[in-house]
Amino acid sequence: MGLELEIVHVFRSYNGNRILRDCSFGFAKGRTYVLQGPNGSGKSTLFRALALLEKPDSGRVDYRDGGRILAADLELRRRITLVLPRTGIFNTTVFKNVAYGLKIRGIARAESEARVNDALLAVGLAHKKWHRAAELSSGETKRLGIARAMVINPEVLMLDEPTANIDPANTEIIEAIILKMKQERQATILMITHDPAQAERLGDDLLFMQDGKIIPA
Amino acid sequence: MQSILEGFAAAFRLIVTGNPELWRIILLSLQVSGTALILATVLGLPVGACLAMRRVPLRGLVISLLNTGMGLPPVAAGLFLYLFLSRSGPLGFMGLLYTPTAMIIAQCILAFPIVASLSHAAVANVDPVIRQAAITLGATPIQESLAVIKEARYSIMAGVMAGLGRVMAEVGAIIIVGGNIAGYTRVMTTTIALETDKGNFELAIALGIILLTISFSITVALRFFQRLGHTGTSANSWA
Repeated sequence: MGLELEIVHVFRSYNGNRILRDCSFGFAKGRTYVLQGPNGSGKSTLFRALALLEKPDSGRVDYRDGGRILAADLELRRRITLVLPRTGIFNTTVFKNVAYGLKIRGIARAESEARVNDALLAVGLAHKKWHRAAELSSGETKRLGIARAMVINPEVLMLDEPTANIDPANTEIIEAIILKMKQERQATILMITHDPAQAERLGDDLLFMQDGKIIPA
Repeated sequence: MQSILEGFAAAFRLIVTGNPELWRIILLSLQVSGTALILATVLGLPVGACLAMRRVPLRGLVISLLNTGMGLPPVAAGLFLYLFLSRSGPLGFMGLLYTPTAMIIAQCILAFPIVASLSHAAVANVDPVIRQAAITLGATPIQESLAVIKEARYSIMAGVMAGLGRVMAEVGAIIIVGGNIAGYTRVMTTTIALETDKGNFELAIALGIILLTISFSITVALRFFQRLGHTGTSANSWA
């Protein structure tokens, strides 16, 4: 459980603006990294490259399992996940949203149901299982996004501002979920936050992003 | 006025008594338009979705052509299809002219741009974050496309219903390629045109009432799907 990952001399530009500039860093297996930095410094772009959502203009993103570099294919994509800052909920029930990742992996219905129920219980949404996801509050929607990621048991979990724009109560619940995941699973967790206190509470390693590069804090 | 009222009374009698000719015409209309719509959806939905989600060569031109096709005059479509299917035309050897198959092809040509164009708009309007969410959860390219199409399902259904409205009300193309042959290619719209010409209003009015009812049902269904699109589903089932 848990993969190592490394970015090597990654460059990425949008419309001529260079966002990532020769960005290199190695993330060790099973640790929790919290990334901070000003808006526009390249944090989300870095996560999108790490989640294989976008290819860098140059440089590489290497995932390693026992020293062996893994091919950036569907098999690898299914071992990692990124919880986006906007959750992107499907227009259906809470249950079906969480079950999606299992359904596309062809997991048997009984097993899926049990895993979805566990995930919903963990994020405190079990009572809203059959509610329409669109009816959830913004805090609950963030928790739904985390449940959707948790249920597929990723070896690398990336969370892009999981507590942005939500109230302290929901922030506390989400922090508790992340801490529990740190303790119970050996996944490599990468997280972006603008809250230095939260970074201290959750991170094993604190990183800072400036001008498209990662600097250990 | 008296003759109009008499015409309506006779028309209701035809509907209520289940006049066999009337029902044969209605069934053929539904069969032709239904088949045409299914074909247009099977072809149009993937085309529309593909244009919205993939990098397709000449994409802008194809979208413009589809949008133009939405306003394609049925008589023009009928004329060109007639030229292709007539004995001296390139497809004349198939012997399809003046058959229900020719009418299905004609209506499919009319419905296809509507279904494709509205499907394209529906899929293109889905929030891009839905696709990204599907990818981050491990979807294959096909699963990712299906997730996006599923999000657009109510708008797509509205497009399909708009296509049905177009083909059910259409007369110009099918009268040219179908020939309005009694008991074989005569459908509701062509019968109304013919019977009105002949001054036999009972059957025309009866079919007119049924067409209006179908039209009203399509409008209600359209509104239903559009409202569903805004409110989503609350189904508590797994599937």
